[in-house]
Amino acid sequence: MNGIKDFTEIQTEAAKNLLYRLADDQLILGHRNSEWTGLGPILEEDIAFSSMAQDKLGHSQALYQLLHNMGEKDPDTIAFTRKVNEYKCCHLVEYPIGEYDFSLMRHFLFDMSEAIRFNMLSSSSFEPLAKIAKKFKGELKYHTMHAVTWINQLSTGSGESPDRIQKSLDVCFPLALGIFEPSEYEETLISEKIFFGEKALQEKWLEAVIPVLKNAGLKIPDIENITAAYGGREGIHTEYLKPLIDEMTEVYKIDTGAEW
Amino acid sequence: MYGGGYIFEESKNGKSEAEDTEKLERFESKIAAGEKIEPSDWMPAEYRKQLIRMIEQHAHSEIIGALPEGTWITRAPGFRRKLALMAKVQDEVGHAQLLYSAAETLGKPREDMINDLITGKSKYSNVFNYPAVTWADTAIIAWLIDAGAIINQVANSKGSYGPYCRALERICVEESFHLKYGHDNVVFLATGTPKQREMVQEALIRWWPPIMHFFGPSDKISVHTETLMRWKVKMASNDDMRQKFLDMYVPKIWELGLTIPDPLLKKNETTGQWVYTEPDWQEFKKVINGDGPCNKERLAVRRNAEEKGEWVRRALQRKDERYTVPLA
Repeated sequence: MNGIKDFTEIQTEAAKNLLYRLADDQLILGHRNSEWTGLGPILEEDIAFSSMAQDKLGHSQALYQLLHNMGEKDPDTIAFTRKVNEYKCCHLVEYPIGEYDFSLMRHFLFDMSEAIRFNMLSSSSFEPLAKIAKKFKGELKYHTMHAVTWINQLSTGSGESPDRIQKSLDVCFPLALGIFEPSEYEETLISEKIFFGEKALQEKWLEAVIPVLKNAGLKIPDIENITAAYGGREGIHTEYLKPLIDEMTEVYKIDTGAEW
Repeated sequence: MYGGGYIFEESKNGKSEAEDTEKLERFESKIAAGEKIEPSDWMPAEYRKQLIRMIEQHAHSEIIGALPEGTWITRAPGFRRKLALMAKVQDEVGHAQLLYSAAETLGKPREDMINDLITGKSKYSNVFNYPAVTWADTAIIAWLIDAGAIINQVANSKGSYGPYCRALERICVEESFHLKYGHDNVVFLATGTPKQREMVQEALIRWWPPIMHFFGPSDKISVHTETLMRWKVKMASNDDMRQKFLDMYVPKIWELGLTIPDPLLKKNETTGQWVYTEPDWQEFKKVINGDGPCNKERLAVRRNAEEKGEWVRRALQRKDERYTVPLA
């Protein structure tokens, strides 16, 4: 097991890059999911989405804190003052909440990947991250349980619901493949056993999501012929991220010297 | 969060419907003895009607009250505030869920109540018809509106209807955290940079009239509520609650160096009562009747959420399922 001090320069860079990707995904999706507060399709779901959004925000804060411990700025400064192209989130999390079917499908596809990712990371050689991952994976268990229950309910529900869920799957799938955009540090992460790598994660993810989707009676998109939505990890984002960041930082930037 | 005082329907001829005298006597003596009325107990039709009305309007106030603060979740400055505001507004939605369930025990389904809300038939706390213009408004709401709500709800939690009282006890515990959060937020602004102080002072000026309206019209002009007080549906007079609020919070507001926009506001040390400029009750009535700055927007947002979520609720319906009134 490695602590922060044991890392070489390249290992540190690789770990930081990984942490930024993870934390930015959590921050942006937590922010998006919080937009359902007060507007959910039923009260119970309103409350559930808020809980999960709070977990995501909390996860991003913990990951930024780890970055801070590695010499980066404090979590608020990292989250609220960077330029848009400095964020490393994937495109999936940037999209507006849309209708509930889109938000639910995004939540399912993303949180299934997170559950596997943090399970993998709980045996990372990078001890501080492994410790955090153990905690996260306990929370994510409930997120995936929630997501799977709803995917099943709505895919087999009456009315327009199954069609909506299928369409959301078709829209979300290429975006979801963008979660696994490899970084330039893949080799280091894998060889140093910091992370098993995006490719391994994607394989495990497919093994997990396809049976659930099939079981729900949904048609699986043709994975071979889909172009994954890459770019986010390199700072190239959709048109939706900038307005989100502008809104998120609106009050913070009124008075940057202030304590809020 | 909820303020009372203008929620009751006046009976048409000033009298309640004729009830079985013996049952009524037993009901009233039970209440006088401090016992709770439970859903399966006999109750006068008027009691049931007024309670449904009150609990339903309280529930609506929670769900509509989530809107002015909810819009600031995406703009909250920093992790600490963002997480706290998310949790706070989530609590308010949770309160709506609890309260709709409590009202359902009296026989009105949630869907019917929400339909009455979005068609404008049923009211909610007037205070949410005002906009939260800046971040500081959310701080003032979380501190002072929630403080007012606690005064009202603590009183109502000593009422006679079991399911409502139990819901209120839990709600009050959560509201007391909201108040702490709101106070902390106001303290940071009031003791912060000049820009922050200006923001919070302006917000207080904007929110003072709605806060004074919050407890409902003066007892002098309020509807006759003697029976409702005997039945422990209404627990305290509007003016008493307003006095209690002023007594608890005006010194705290002044302590922060903020100015309350009422030159007459002072405590009469002889009577122990606060003297204040009489709130504009015409304005209050106008806003309640739909002509406030945000009435249309609030209902439109709620209606839109209901319409957008309809397919989800429909998809959940199963042929073999029947509606059941929740257990209290």
